Amino acid sequence: MGEDTDTRKINHSFLRDHSYVTEADVISTVEFNHTGELLATGDKGGRVVIFQREPESKNTPHSQGEYDVYSTFQSHEPEFDYLKSLEIEEKINKIKWLPQQNAAHSLLSTNDKTIKLWKITERDKRPEGYNLKDEEGKLKDLSTVTSLQVPVLKPMDLMVEVSPRRIFANGHTYHINSISVNSDCETYMSADDLRINLWHLAITDRSFNIVDIKPANMEDLTEVITASEFHPHHCNLFVYSSSKGSLRLCDMRAAALCDKHSKLFEEPEDPSNRSFFSEIISSVSDVKFSHSGRYMLTRDYLTVKVWDLNMEARPIETYQVHDYLRSKLCSLYESDCIFDKFECAWNGSDSVIMTGAYNNFFRMFDRNTKRDVTLEASRESSKPRAVLKPRRVCVGGKRRRDDISVDSLDFTKKILHTAWHPAENIIAIAATNNLYIFQDKVNSDMH
Amino acid sequence: MLSKGLKRKREEEEEKEEGLSVDSWWLDQSHPAVSQTPPAAASSSLFDLSVLKLHHSLRQSEPDLRHLVLVVNTLRRIQASMEPATALPPVPTPPTAPSVADSLLASSDAGLSASMASLLEDLNHIEDLNQVPEPQADEGPPGRSVGGVPANLGALDLLGPATGCLLDDGLEGLFEDIDTSMYDSELWVPASEGLKPGPENGLAKEQTPELDEAELDYLMDVLVGTQALERPPGPGR
Repeated sequence: MGEDTDTRKINHSFLRDHSYVTEADVISTVEFNHTGELLATGDKGGRVVIFQREPESKNTPHSQGEYDVYSTFQSHEPEFDYLKSLEIEEKINKIKWLPQQNAAHSLLSTNDKTIKLWKITERDKRPEGYNLKDEEGKLKDLSTVTSLQVPVLKPMDLMVEVSPRRIFANGHTYHINSISVNSDCETYMSADDLRINLWHLAITDRSFNIVDIKPANMEDLTEVITASEFHPHHCNLFVYSSSKGSLRLCDMRAAALCDKHSKLFEEPEDPSNRSFFSEIISSVSDVKFSHSGRYMLTRDYLTVKVWDLNMEARPIETYQVHDYLRSKLCSLYESDCIFDKFECAWNGSDSVIMTGAYNNFFRMFDRNTKRDVTLEASRESSKPRAVLKPRRVCVGGKRRRDDISVDSLDFTKKILHTAWHPAENIIAIAATNNLYIFQDKVNSDMH
Repeated sequence: MLSKGLKRKREEEEEKEEGLSVDSWWLDQSHPAVSQTPPAAASSSLFDLSVLKLHHSLRQSEPDLRHLVLVVNTLRRIQASMEPATALPPVPTPPTAPSVADSLLASSDAGLSASMASLLEDLNHIEDLNQVPEPQADEGPPGRSVGGVPANLGALDLLGPATGCLLDDGLEGLFEDIDTSMYDSELWVPASEGLKPGPENGLAKEQTPELDEAELDYLMDVLVGTQALERPPGPGR
C-alpha cells in the first residue's frame, strides 16, 4: 500500500438521484454478510437497502462482481411514545447479518429502541398448470376439464420478498448503540447506554440483562456503554467499551449478571497530552474483534488501537488517524464534532485496518508494513474505474501540490461508517447519503 | 448567562497566570498541554460553552446520555481548574479572572446541579414509570439475584442533591417523599390526602409488596398527567 496503489474500481451506487441531500437518505450503517455476497445499508429514514454482488461473467470482464440493488424495504417507522411524550427516531443504528442456514437470508436491524429480525427470500419460479384454476387464478368450470395434468414450476422474474419475522421491543430504556449475533447462532445481544441484554432469536417477549452500569443515583452517572460485540468463536465471551476509553471483556459463564469484567483493558493517560478534552477524545466509538478472535480494534477520536486479548495494560498498536486535529480540539468541541462516532474495520486477514475521517477521507493502516494511506470518497475526485489517489493533509511546512490544508477540511463530510468484505479487498464507504464500493483488482500479495 | 457566546480572543491567550502551584497540571503554563489550552480567562469561556451545551442537552426530550456525560465530566474538569483546590496553598491570582469564575460558579453551580439533578432524576422517573406495572422479583430478568430488590426500583433518588436519600424498600419507596411541587399542580385532586409526603402516612406500608391497585392507578394518572404538563412534546431531537 502507499503511493503505488493498486487499481481500484469504483462503483457508485446512489440511493437517491437527488441533487440535494435529504436528511432521511443519510446512511447510518453499512454491513457485509458473512460471504460478502450481500451488502446492507441502513439510513436515517428507517430504510434498509441490500446490494448483491453480481457473479463474475466472462462476457463483461470489466464488471466483475459489481454490487447492484437487490432489495429495499422500510425497516423502522418513526414512533411516538405517548407515555413519555417522546419521539423515537426511525434511524437504523445497526444492521447485523445472521449466518445463513438455509436458502433464505436473515438480518437484524435496530433503531434506538426496537430490534427486528428480517427474512429475505427469493422467488424465481412459479407453478403453472393447475387443474382447478386457470392462469389468472379463477376457478375453472369443471365441465371443461377433460384430463389431469401435473403442475410444473416455471421460471419467473426474480422476486425478492422481505418479511419481519421477529420484533424485539421494550427491552431498552436508553438508546441502543450496538447489536451482535453470537457464534452459537441462537442468541444475540443488544447494548444501550447503560445496559446490555441477551436475547434468544426465537423469543421476543423476554431478554436477559447481562450488564447494567446504571448507578444507584443517576447523578453519579459518569460513564456510558458505547459499543459491544460478541467474540467471533467463544460464545461465552463479549466485550463492551465505555465513554471513558476502557474495554471490558466479560465471560457469561462466570455470572448471570456480568457487571464484573473478566478483563479490563485500559491505557493510562499520556500526561504530555492531557487537556480538558482528554476524556472526550478517549471515548471509544467502536470496538471490533479480529476475525482470528485474538485481537480487538478500537476507535477513539484521534486514533485506532489494536489490543491483544492477553494484554490489558495497553494496546499493542496505536495508529494516528488525524493527529493534526489535536490542536483544534477546542473548536471541534464547540462545533460538537469532537463527539462524532467513527467506526473501524478489519480486512479479512486481519492485516489491514480501516477507519473514516473528515473531508470524506478514510484511512487504511497496514499492520505488517506499518504503511498507511489516506483516500477520498467523492464523486468529484474519482471517476468510475479510476485509480484512487492517495491524499495528504498538510499541517504547515512543505506543501505539495494536491495537499489539503487542515483549515480547509470540510468537517461536515464525515465518513463514520465503513465495512470490509470478509474475504476480498472490497470496501464499502458511506459518505453522508452516498455509498461507495471500492474493489482491489490487483491480486493482494501484500495483504 | 445562557445567551453568552464568548469567543476566545487571540489576545487573551497572551495573559499568563503567575505564581500558581504546579500541583494542578492544568494551571502550569510550562506544561505542553496547558500552553495550548486556554488560561483562566479563556477557561471561563470554555466553561460557559460547556454549560450552554449541558443545558442544551438537558433540554432535549430524551438527552443523548453519552454527550451529556462527557460534557458534564468536562465541565467538572474545567470547574475544578477554575477554583484552586483547597489542598493548594493560597496563591496570588489575577483579580479579574477569579471574580468572573466565582460569579459564574456561584450562579451556575447550584442551578447546574439542580437542573442536572432534576432532569437526571426524571430519567430515573421515566424508567421506573415503565417498570411500575410489572410485578417485582419473580419475573425480573433471571440474570439478577431474585432475592434482592431489582436495582432499578430499589435505589431511586427522587429528591434534589441536597436531601437525596436512597430508597430501598421497593414500590412503596417510589411514592414516599415525592417532590411536593407535583402537588402544587392544579391537576391534583385534593381528595387523596394519603398521597402527601411523609413517612408516617398510609403509603409507608411496611414490607407489603404492592400498593392498593386503585391507589396505584390513581398515582399513575397523576404522574403521567404531571409529566405531560411539565414536558410538552418537543419538536423531536
